[in-house]
Amino acid sequence: MSISKQDVKYVAALARIDLSDGELEGFTQTLAKIVHYVEQLQKLDLDNVKPTSHAVPMGNVLRSDETLKSLTQQQALSIAVEAKDGCFKVPLVIE
Amino acid sequence: MNLPQLTAHDLLDVFKSGKASPKEAYEDVLRRIKAVDPKVKAYVRPAKNQPDFKGGFQIPIALKDNLCTKQEEITCASRILKGFISPYDAGVVEKVKKSGGAVLGFANQDEFAFGSSCETSCYGPTFNPWDLQCVPGGSSGGSAAAVAADEAVWALGSDTGGSIRQPASFCGIVGLKPTYGRVSRYGLIAFASSLDQIGPLTKDVRDCALLLNIIAGYDERDSTCVNEPVPDYTKALVNDVRGLKIGVPKEAFAEGLDAQVRVSLEAAIDLLKKLGAVVTQVHLPHTPYAVATYYIVATAEASSNLARFDGVRYGLRVQPARARKNALVDMYEETRSKGFGAEAKRRIMLGTYALSSGYYDAYYLRGQKVRTLIKNDLDEAFKVCDVVLTPTSPTVAFKVGEKMSDPLSMYLSDIYTIPANLAGIPAISVPCGFSKGGLPIGMQLMGKAFDEEMLLRVSYTYEQNTEWHTRKPNL
Repeated sequence: MSISKQDVKYVAALARIDLSDGELEGFTQTLAKIVHYVEQLQKLDLDNVKPTSHAVPMGNVLRSDETLKSLTQQQALSIAVEAKDGCFKVPLVIE
Repeated sequence: MNLPQLTAHDLLDVFKSGKASPKEAYEDVLRRIKAVDPKVKAYVRPAKNQPDFKGGFQIPIALKDNLCTKQEEITCASRILKGFISPYDAGVVEKVKKSGGAVLGFANQDEFAFGSSCETSCYGPTFNPWDLQCVPGGSSGGSAAAVAADEAVWALGSDTGGSIRQPASFCGIVGLKPTYGRVSRYGLIAFASSLDQIGPLTKDVRDCALLLNIIAGYDERDSTCVNEPVPDYTKALVNDVRGLKIGVPKEAFAEGLDAQVRVSLEAAIDLLKKLGAVVTQVHLPHTPYAVATYYIVATAEASSNLARFDGVRYGLRVQPARARKNALVDMYEETRSKGFGAEAKRRIMLGTYALSSGYYDAYYLRGQKVRTLIKNDLDEAFKVCDVVLTPTSPTVAFKVGEKMSDPLSMYLSDIYTIPANLAGIPAISVPCGFSKGGLPIGMQLMGKAFDEEMLLRVSYTYEQNTEWHTRKPNL
């Protein structure tokens, strides 16, 4: 498998990144080289191998449903780019 | 008395004797920063808030720019987070402050910890105190350079594929990546959540044990933090390796290893033998696949973690001059395109590719399976040895700019450090020599999960019988 300009364009759109023509060219080259390098994993026989998502065995972590101290609405919104009526404000989506 | 030069444990003795106060030490280190940081550029920002000088460990400390600290700007060295003032303290920052830690400032790093040289930072590179033409390593390069240049007594960094150990090696100091789950990741800006771990960068092994004592332990705000008792790590500082088994993988000494690094490592192995350790060969047949595995698993997790930086809530928001799709999507794309640097874009796209429909089985799932094989190799090795010894990095620090045009060659500099992250085990880098050009060389020791004590014991013994850690760069 090799990665084409079309693939990079598609992946950039999925990742919400807008690439200039120059960037598209450059990233296609470097990503093709990296993808080619990781192709070596295709050589291994992995039919009976279980995937590892966490090195240390993990289970669900639950806590009792109690209200604990947390940031106030005002503290949380203190970092907002734009806030209105106690909410984060974003550009208009629906007319 | 030159307070900034001292280790934390020596400084604590000075405080106890009354010869100097913690405030004097803090101010002396600030003066040292003023004097040498224009050359080293270890810091991206001084702390705005003064320490309160209370507690048993009032040590001047540098924090990596990805550790959330209350009422301080934290940016992960990325334009996309410029202006973000953290409303809370990370778990480790809380612990450091509670112990008395005096935060000096925030240390440079690769953007979002994506890099091995500190060059992808939006603030520009940090320079290696031993040779200002060279990189300090990365991604915790600012933390390592600050400690090596006596611009901090000790520092915290984070390690996803070697980001504490490789810069520690390049800067001639001690760096430890604890077992996954040993230290809370709450408030660490995430890169790859199944690999990230916070750890100490210090001037010697005793300081490493002391700082680990401060930061280790359970935190219910990080669901991957493990609720295991925390020993007093200073009790592991025993100058004795007699009878301990040290595994040396032959794969680690294959081609690609710099000749001077090899010579230093062989000398270190000989010394450990003389001190009574038993050296055995171990076999890690899948480690040659570690870099490929890592750059699938880590970038996949990164692409999903970095989805949150979209201009909606905090950090940067950029609206494009001309409408393209709709106002919200345009804002997402413009913000991310302007906010992320080239390496961040590359890794987000690589991870998105590995997770995308049609490629998931071929890349991500395969990567997770090879991760199992690498972990199994290490499990097998630890059946016959107490620690596994390798170089920390295949080379000494390289020149600024040398690897920036070839990301793959940069990725390969993490070949020895990545397996410990994939397997979740602890690993330490300690100074073990210098190149002819005067650049530090590091030795890595990996241990069993939650056996940081064994790593500290072996590295302490090695350190007590060598003097590499006492050398200082000329600045």
